[in-house]
Amino acid sequence: MSSLPSDIAQTAPWTKPQIAPGTNPGQTLLATRDLFKSYQKGPLGIPVLQGIDMRVNEGEFLAIIGQSGCGKSTLLHLLGTLDQPDAGEVHFDGHRIDNLPSTSRDLLRNRHFGMIFQFYHLLPELTTLENVLAPALIAESTLGYWLRRGQHRRRAMELLELVGIADRAKHKPRELSGGEMQRAAIARALLAQPRVLLADEPTGNLDRATGEQIMQMLRQLNREQKLTIVMVTHDPWIAEQADRVVRLVEGRIQKV
Amino acid sequence: MYKLLLCWRYLRTRYIALVCIVSVMLGVATMIVVNSVMAGFTHEMQARMNGMLGDLILESRSMDGVPDAAEHMAKIREVAGDTILGMSPTIHVPALMYIELNGQLITHQATIVGIDELTYSGVSQFGSYLQHPQNREQLAFTLRPGGYDVYDHQVPDRALLKPRKQMEHAGWAHRRHRAMLKKQRDLQQTVPPVKADASGLQNPFAFTDQPNREEEGRDFDPAIETHVGIVLGIGTCSYRDANGSDQFVALPGDDVRVSFPKASLPPEAISEFYTIVDLYESKMSEYDSSFMFVPLRELQQSRGMIDPETGIGKFTSIQIKLQPGADAAQIRDELRNHFPAQLYIVSTWRDKQGPLLAAVQMETAVLNVLLFMIIAVAGFGILAIFMMIVVEKTRDIGILKSLGASGEGVMGIFLGYGFALGIVGAGVGLGMGLLFVEFINEIADLLGRVTGQPVFDPSVYYFYKIPTIIDPLTVVWICAGAVMIAILASVLPAWRAASLHPVRALRYE
Repeated sequence: MSSLPSDIAQTAPWTKPQIAPGTNPGQTLLATRDLFKSYQKGPLGIPVLQGIDMRVNEGEFLAIIGQSGCGKSTLLHLLGTLDQPDAGEVHFDGHRIDNLPSTSRDLLRNRHFGMIFQFYHLLPELTTLENVLAPALIAESTLGYWLRRGQHRRRAMELLELVGIADRAKHKPRELSGGEMQRAAIARALLAQPRVLLADEPTGNLDRATGEQIMQMLRQLNREQKLTIVMVTHDPWIAEQADRVVRLVEGRIQKV
Repeated sequence: MYKLLLCWRYLRTRYIALVCIVSVMLGVATMIVVNSVMAGFTHEMQARMNGMLGDLILESRSMDGVPDAAEHMAKIREVAGDTILGMSPTIHVPALMYIELNGQLITHQATIVGIDELTYSGVSQFGSYLQHPQNREQLAFTLRPGGYDVYDHQVPDRALLKPRKQMEHAGWAHRRHRAMLKKQRDLQQTVPPVKADASGLQNPFAFTDQPNREEEGRDFDPAIETHVGIVLGIGTCSYRDANGSDQFVALPGDDVRVSFPKASLPPEAISEFYTIVDLYESKMSEYDSSFMFVPLRELQQSRGMIDPETGIGKFTSIQIKLQPGADAAQIRDELRNHFPAQLYIVSTWRDKQGPLLAAVQMETAVLNVLLFMIIAVAGFGILAIFMMIVVEKTRDIGILKSLGASGEGVMGIFLGYGFALGIVGAGVGLGMGLLFVEFINEIADLLGRVTGQPVFDPSVYYFYKIPTIIDPLTVVWICAGAVMIAILASVLPAWRAASLHPVRALRYE
């Protein structure tokens, strides 16, 4: 079992200078090997993923497309270490990550993965700005946060400007529209300067026009900041906008 | 950092949780009030008890007493040395007291205590409970011309008091007035003596006008003479009426008859007349209604306790006052080694009042346990509501975990939340409790007015106000206990939140 190398867990993005994501374009960043996952429903095990082998290259915008219930969200959760596979391996930057202790996986999610969801998943008690700051709030001790609060707030405001909702910083999520909430979620996912953005049906709950805006933003991030993006969707039209599309059918990869 | 922020936000947005801390608050407030009042009562009671009894008491097992107080006191001083501040020999004898009121006899059972007025005030607070200002300085068993307190001198605030109007005339003025009335009555009765004889009824307890120790053949004139002085407990000769003012059946200046046994075998009851020279009020109704004080020498003489050859009197107990801070129990044990237990009892005033003090302590302990149970019940309320909040916040917990929050971190949010609720509950409860204690008498008055039933009946304790003492340590313990319970109650929900699976939590609808 490989221990977490220092460059993954120990580096705090809060202290390091701006490093652009995607420093080694074309190299494999995320990979799965023979991934199996099933859910227990009563006495029956329902297989969801049945031997997934896939690679995501650095700087790539990959879309995983499939019908509802084909296991694409489960695959994304496994990539993001939110869940653990029954069999198989997940590799990140050349290191196996699916069997890491939970504290290391927490660190990984906090600093190297950004996630956005279909239902935005903002915390209703916090303002937009505080939601964007959440990864920093989680990473830092009270004192540490207090000492670097100016730095964090500047970065969060920059991101809110980037996604175009800087004027909504003081609003609670319930006062935002769906599109604004997803923009806030993207800003939150980008706060820690992650190496990969995992998007679970990011436009699934938005109308066409707003969905289009979000997609444009993701494409722009991928192009300009060389951000690696793995997106899950059921909508072929959305999937088409990615560099590469992988189709998932009944828990298996079907090459397009 | 997010733990603090979320705790704070939850505290401000979940009002249901604030409802559940009301019970913590009430529990804390009640405990503070109960403890303060109990401490106040205990303190007041102990002060009164110690005020009436010496710190240490050496008693003879025989009521007939043992001779030579001076020799005993010398021996005590030899044993206890410098720790002794003062000593005074006394005689305690059960007695019956008769007060004549409008031709009726009021009988009261009490202990007659012979005291040495010069030394007794050095061993107890007795002197300060007297009703005549000069007697408070130095007790003399002689009737004062007047000037007895109309307002209770122990209560600084006169506005609370009902004046004791009858006391205005107490003293020689009262005595002369009574003597004159009696003389007139006697004159009226001697003119038509027929009726009384014809009925053949005679009050067997009626005062026979025989002077007791006065020389035979000489008339005792109550207008200019007195019997031996006696100091009565205020409870033996007064009662408090429904309006809260004291009514007296006997005043300084009146004569009373007291019957008690002689120190001889077979026991022989004798009765003596005494003139009331003062009243004492210790505000412990038990003491105020069960003791009366006469000069030691006179009581020795009446009971035949003086050796006719040597002139040395007997005593039944020696009251001992110790230096402040002296260990009474230790000195008691030393004295026990020197005075044979077959003949003497050595006890501290706490030993004497042991059962009462133990009962009060027990009451306090039981009340505390019961009230703490209330807070524990409040703890279960917190547990139930926290469980609800964890379920409600399932998705948020999933979000936090997806952003890299650890299980311990999520647990910390809810433990911190429980801690915050405990602090708020205990804090508000503390404020309420302290306010309640501060205004307890006003509240009692108000309740009394609303219900028409006095909540605090001063006639029971002779206190005009409910005494309270706030012990900071007790208050700290109560608050700490309440906060502890709040934290303990949030452990289970917090643990549940920590162990939620992130994916299942995120998908929770």
